[in-house]
Amino acid sequence: YVRGIFKNLHGWFINCLRYLFCCFQDRAGQFFSSGHTNNWAVLVCTSRFWFNYRHVANTLSVYRSVKRLGIPDSHIVLMLADDMACNHRNPKPATVFSHKNMELNVYGDDVEVDYRGYEVTVENFLRILTGRLPPSTPRSKRLLSDDRSNILIYLTGHGGNGFLKFQDSEEISNVELADAFEQMWQKRRYNELLFIIDTCQGASMYERFYSPNLMALASSQVGEDSLSHQPDLAIGVHLMDRYTFYLLEFLEDIHPASKTNMNDLFKVCPKSQCVSTPGHRTDLFLRDPGSVLITDFFGSVRKVELTMETINLTDPIEQLESAESGELQKEMHTYADQLPVSEIIHQKPKQKDWHPPDGFILGLWTLILLVFFQTYGVKHLKHIF
Amino acid sequence: MATTEVERRRGQLAALSIAAVVIIVGVPLWWRTTETYRAWLPVSQIKELAKLQLHLSADVEVVFARGTVTPEQQKKVPLTQTQNMEHRVDEDTALSYRYETRYRTATIMEEDALNQPTAAEADLSLHTLSESPSGSLVVYVIPESSSLLPQNVDVYIGQRRTALLRIGSQMRVGKTLEQLLAHMEPRIKQVLHVMSFSHTDITAALSNRVRISPGNKESIADSMRAFKSSPGYEITFSLLNPDPKSHRLHWDIEGAVETYIQPLLTKLSPVANFSIDSQTLYYAMLGVNPRFDSSRSTYTLNADSLAHVINPVEARLGSNAASSNPVLNFLLYIPDAHHSPLYIHDHKKQQVPTNAFHSPRWGGIMIIRQCWVYNVNEFYEVDTVFPVDINIDMAKVMGVFLAQLRLLLGVQSSTPPPGFLVAPCGNAGLADWELDRLMWSRSVENIATATTTITSLAQLLDQIGNIVINDNIAQQVSSAVTSLQLAVSELEAGNLGFALQYSKEAILSSERAFFDPSLLHLLYFPDDQKFAIYIPLFLPMCVPILLSLLKIVSEARQKHREKKPKKD
Repeated sequence: YVRGIFKNLHGWFINCLRYLFCCFQDRAGQFFSSGHTNNWAVLVCTSRFWFNYRHVANTLSVYRSVKRLGIPDSHIVLMLADDMACNHRNPKPATVFSHKNMELNVYGDDVEVDYRGYEVTVENFLRILTGRLPPSTPRSKRLLSDDRSNILIYLTGHGGNGFLKFQDSEEISNVELADAFEQMWQKRRYNELLFIIDTCQGASMYERFYSPNLMALASSQVGEDSLSHQPDLAIGVHLMDRYTFYLLEFLEDIHPASKTNMNDLFKVCPKSQCVSTPGHRTDLFLRDPGSVLITDFFGSVRKVELTMETINLTDPIEQLESAESGELQKEMHTYADQLPVSEIIHQKPKQKDWHPPDGFILGLWTLILLVFFQTYGVKHLKHIF
Repeated sequence: MATTEVERRRGQLAALSIAAVVIIVGVPLWWRTTETYRAWLPVSQIKELAKLQLHLSADVEVVFARGTVTPEQQKKVPLTQTQNMEHRVDEDTALSYRYETRYRTATIMEEDALNQPTAAEADLSLHTLSESPSGSLVVYVIPESSSLLPQNVDVYIGQRRTALLRIGSQMRVGKTLEQLLAHMEPRIKQVLHVMSFSHTDITAALSNRVRISPGNKESIADSMRAFKSSPGYEITFSLLNPDPKSHRLHWDIEGAVETYIQPLLTKLSPVANFSIDSQTLYYAMLGVNPRFDSSRSTYTLNADSLAHVINPVEARLGSNAASSNPVLNFLLYIPDAHHSPLYIHDHKKQQVPTNAFHSPRWGGIMIIRQCWVYNVNEFYEVDTVFPVDINIDMAKVMGVFLAQLRLLLGVQSSTPPPGFLVAPCGNAGLADWELDRLMWSRSVENIATATTTITSLAQLLDQIGNIVINDNIAQQVSSAVTSLQLAVSELEAGNLGFALQYSKEAILSSERAFFDPSLLHLLYFPDDQKFAIYIPLFLPMCVPILLSLLKIVSEARQKHREKKPKKD
């Protein structure tokens, strides 16, 4: 009888040890499973105008999720046209809703838009990615990632086969994007990069990637259109796109300690719900997508080590008063000129690139033809032709 | 008849002259006005630098004290030996290490210094005698009879660049100098591994250039923890007070920084610039709920929940908007009255003695311990008047922050081999040899990064023929190349200070050249768009010219054919 109990205890003890060992391995393994120490997010909405409400709502929803899962504003670069919340046609000003019946206001109180209005251009986007910003750019507008940063890039708007339209006036092509990522890789500006795009024919944008450690998801294949989800009759426009709507539902279940991996993200929004076929690309990614946690990109789970050492400091703190001499030295301070007017008005004008004047080419043709006709008359045209 | 002939000739002449003007004047003019300005780059030198050959050399001086060498052995000393080791990291990178070892006997003053009672005092007096230059080492060999070192310790590593090595008495009886040296060699190798550059450190510093499969978990953790080499860092000390109603905190941060942190930063000034600021945050909560441990009547934070502490706090920390330097945050948290005292427990449920944790490449957080605070009792009495004045013992606090700062900056203290005793690093917080090691790895890292940057920039500019290369970029590239060549040669000569300085200049120039904002214009100009622009301009103009030339040629051929039968 006693032996039986002993055997039970023994078995239980072994199991406990095994469990503890696995736990310990898991914790240690988690430290080293992903090689990143910080997370960044670049969220871009490339459309403007009231009828593209859904693109702004898309981007703001992803922004909210990413902030909720822990990435601070200082590590998020948000580019929006930002003309929805205070638009004259918005029946509820200062709000941007993502669910119909105005359930969820994704604009909120603490949204921090880094590039707004006409600053959302292809040039600025490429400058952020490659780091070639003018020296006067503030810290909040820069992507200060290093070789241990995991970056999430989310693009939404109107796109086509191989390009993405920025604010109705310019486009970025998939070759440019791939080259920008390659330049980021050359300077080791990322550890791993997740690229999500929710536009029509979105899969064409990641076709040309060739740098390592990139994973890409798109909402539709080449030749397909991404569709919007639901209109709100009070606001009068479509509120969200389907892919991002279901992506958001998926992300709502994620909390900072969850262990869901990328394979679940690939299953978001199947054809039955999305009408278009979402695609993904993982051949450039070194790790197995099944071992990549969602929070590796969408959240910011810090790695932590306990400090075991301390340094024995024995000097007393010097009193700073004794260091100063009796009287305080007075310095003359002058107000710094914010705008050096005298320099500006005496500045030489900046040399702009010379372009030929408008209509020059037409004028040139006309001149040539006139000269011919005048010299030889119309009937002599047959000598030429 | 003649007039038509003249007319026709005039027509032909007109067509020919227009064609001539277009080809001779027009085409070169168009080419010159549409070509992009590309200043000259030293491409051949850049290609040479792409194949990186780094030579690192260290000077070691081995001094034999009295009683360590026999008189016959002493005759052969002084002696110089050189050791070379080559390593090929990958096809583009090769390393070679050279150790130049000089053996000599101790002078009388050094013997006096070695007669001090303890090793620390011996170290101090040896330092006053002579100051070794950066990158070099001095190893004093002391006999077994010496009482400087405790029983089980064979090697003592001092705060400067000296080490004391004790050899056994049986080693020197009846052996020649060569045998003695061969016997000492493994120990000296171990000393070099600890105090000077080691292969693992140098290859870790090359990680930007070479994707090395990580060796062991410790080296991965080390490489992830320390900040990358940067020209400047910003250090921010924050005091978090979640309960201003109960606690009124006093910390003499200015004095503490001046006394404890500034000496380290001054010593590290060849490596980088540092700027320090401090702030106090009120009503800043931790974000995790501590648990009450009834066995010890304290509140505890589990090691697993520490990872979730940083994010809510980070949003409130703020940073200096003016520079893009990496920021190191050091936070001191005073628990509120309801959760006091608060201790961190590790995985084995033991209290962590420092009550602090750090996050790689971010900074450190410390929770104050009751014993480091003056003027407060362990438990508040019923009739305590709130708010309570609390004075913080900055020496203990700064001791922990200094240790964390050392780890985050890459001053690794790996466990020394058995039989070694490493002296504590003293008030500057950094031993001289630790600074040397940091300078070695920083120089190598800077050189590797700068060569990669310059090489990829040259490749990019070569591939995309449309990018405009301004003069300032060409100048930055040239100065980067010059600095790199100087840095590599200084490293070979063993002048560590100059090598680091040149490597920093190389990094600055190469980064400025690579990240110049003007390198974005005409980045992508596909050929089909070029055709689409030029065809409507030139095709209508060229069609009449070409047709008239063809007509002239066909008429001339016809005439030639008519002439031929006439001749016959």
